[in-house]
Amino acid sequence: MATELDHTSDGTAGSGADTGSGARDAPQRPSGDALRAVLSNLGTYLILTLLSIVILFPIYMLILRALSSPLRYIAAGQPLYPVDVQWDVFANAFTQANLGRSLWLSFIVTMVIVLAQLLTSTLAAYAFAFLEFPGKTLMFVVVIGTLLLPIEVTLIANVEIIRSLGFLNSTQGLTLPFLATALGVFLIRQGFLGIPRDLRDASELDGYGHMRFLFRVAVPMTKPLIGSFVVISFLGAWNQYVWPRFATTEDEWQTVQVALRTISSENPDQLNLGFAAAIIAALPLLALLIFFQRQIVRGLTAGAVKG
Amino acid sequence: MSAPISPPTTERARRLRTKLKDAALGYAFLLPALVVFGVFAYYPLYRLVYYATHEQSRFRNRPPQWVGTEQLVDTLRSQDFIQGLTHSGLYMIYTVPLGLFLGVVLAVSTHRRLKGIKIFQTIFSSTVASSVAVASVVFYTLVNPEIGYFKDVAWLDLSNPSSALFAVSLSSVWQNLGLTFIVVLAALQAVPDEMIEAATLDGYGAVRRFFRITVPLISPALLFLAIVLVVVALQAYAQIEILTQGGPAGSTETLLFKIADPRGVRSLGERGSLSLGLFVLTAAVAGLQYSIMAKRVTYGD
Repeated sequence: MATELDHTSDGTAGSGADTGSGARDAPQRPSGDALRAVLSNLGTYLILTLLSIVILFPIYMLILRALSSPLRYIAAGQPLYPVDVQWDVFANAFTQANLGRSLWLSFIVTMVIVLAQLLTSTLAAYAFAFLEFPGKTLMFVVVIGTLLLPIEVTLIANVEIIRSLGFLNSTQGLTLPFLATALGVFLIRQGFLGIPRDLRDASELDGYGHMRFLFRVAVPMTKPLIGSFVVISFLGAWNQYVWPRFATTEDEWQTVQVALRTISSENPDQLNLGFAAAIIAALPLLALLIFFQRQIVRGLTAGAVKG
Repeated sequence: MSAPISPPTTERARRLRTKLKDAALGYAFLLPALVVFGVFAYYPLYRLVYYATHEQSRFRNRPPQWVGTEQLVDTLRSQDFIQGLTHSGLYMIYTVPLGLFLGVVLAVSTHRRLKGIKIFQTIFSSTVASSVAVASVVFYTLVNPEIGYFKDVAWLDLSNPSSALFAVSLSSVWQNLGLTFIVVLAALQAVPDEMIEAATLDGYGAVRRFFRITVPLISPALLFLAIVLVVVALQAYAQIEILTQGGPAGSTETLLFKIADPRGVRSLGERGSLSLGLFVLTAAVAGLQYSIMAKRVTYGD
């Protein structure tokens, strides 16, 4: 990809105009071609810029509304620029909206879910990929069958179960139903199946038991796929709304996503705090997106992820 | 190793022992996941059936009464269920085709070698960082009837029952743009250059090339996305709670909103019945999803 990019920007005499960067050698070629190439590039940039504006406009509005003093902004006729900028809104969101506690809770819940899913999925995937036992097919059907039972379907029953276990408003209650996921089992099993059978046989001859083979060979060889799974598992856990909304009844047990819903009952002059909270809630994922772009792309393409 | 020298009986015994050990290890490895699935997926399904077949006192002061399928049938025939189903269906119609179309437009427009294209690709995938709740707050600034920037735009009016659901659904379209863009772009990048070049040599114009070569090759990705978007639409909840609380006049109450029932107007029996309705819909979609996942695996990534 990189070399191809270099080639086009060099624009060698042969194909410059066709591939679309003929500006540099324009004087040597028939001016019609070069002009058309420049215009087509300009057109593309124009379209891309317009699309970017459409996509970014909602984000711009959120930032604008977070920074502006809510009542003065409305009084000024809702312009496209901030009114009476208050930079301390982010600090205030932490103290007044108890955002710090929500963020910390979200972080803990997400970590527990991701680590547990990683462990349970890897073990189950190994059983399906490398071990023989009676009822294996049935067990696989049992695992895949949970795809038919997302939390949205089982919501009300799970709330009652968590209530009867005494786990409403607790980390246990927020995490327990998500400690295993069929998607993880499925993805990691797929990775394990890609490991050559000979490798298992060879390591068996070397005296590797299953445990050693799993952690010394199978997991390291499946790292990219496992990495992708971790990233999408994180995305899913951090972004959860429906379960934490109904597994908690007290404000102090609201994850950051659930805390965002208070926007609809906020005083008009406090709305900027809610908008600032939404920005803060999205920042960890923005960081994830920037640093783990490859894993996200691979993870999103490999399996469905809920937002 | 000593195996070849030892008599066949001990060899068989040894093999049997390994087999048993493997089987035990297999179940031990499966156990954690199976316990979670058993307690928080399959047992709840049983409980839903129980709720649906028992009449529950709303105040939990009487024991539930067995009513057979009467309550289930009544609920699934009720105006309430039909309305929830209609709204969820409309939500799909509003979000899935538009989401796919925009995803393809974004992906195609950045699938080319241009200086700075990476910047646009990052911008177009940026909404992946937004959760449903964040997207809902974002759209609060746009369509809220009192303070939204577009509050005077009639077809985005949240206070009008005929436009509210569509306005809410746009938040989903926007939020899922990043996902659809990323998946379609990955699919486009997997299309071999040679095929496009060969088609060009055969005199195919850009439009014909796109519909005859590119679209068929990226169709598995589009199908996959369509299913993901359908599931997302079926599970729409946060955007409704944050933007409209189901109103105005119940016009944005989707099936899941009725099940979750944040105002507590339905009995556990009714909600259990509604949940079983959602289960059947989810099962149909998940079945489709599984068959596609299985196919993707066959061909590899």
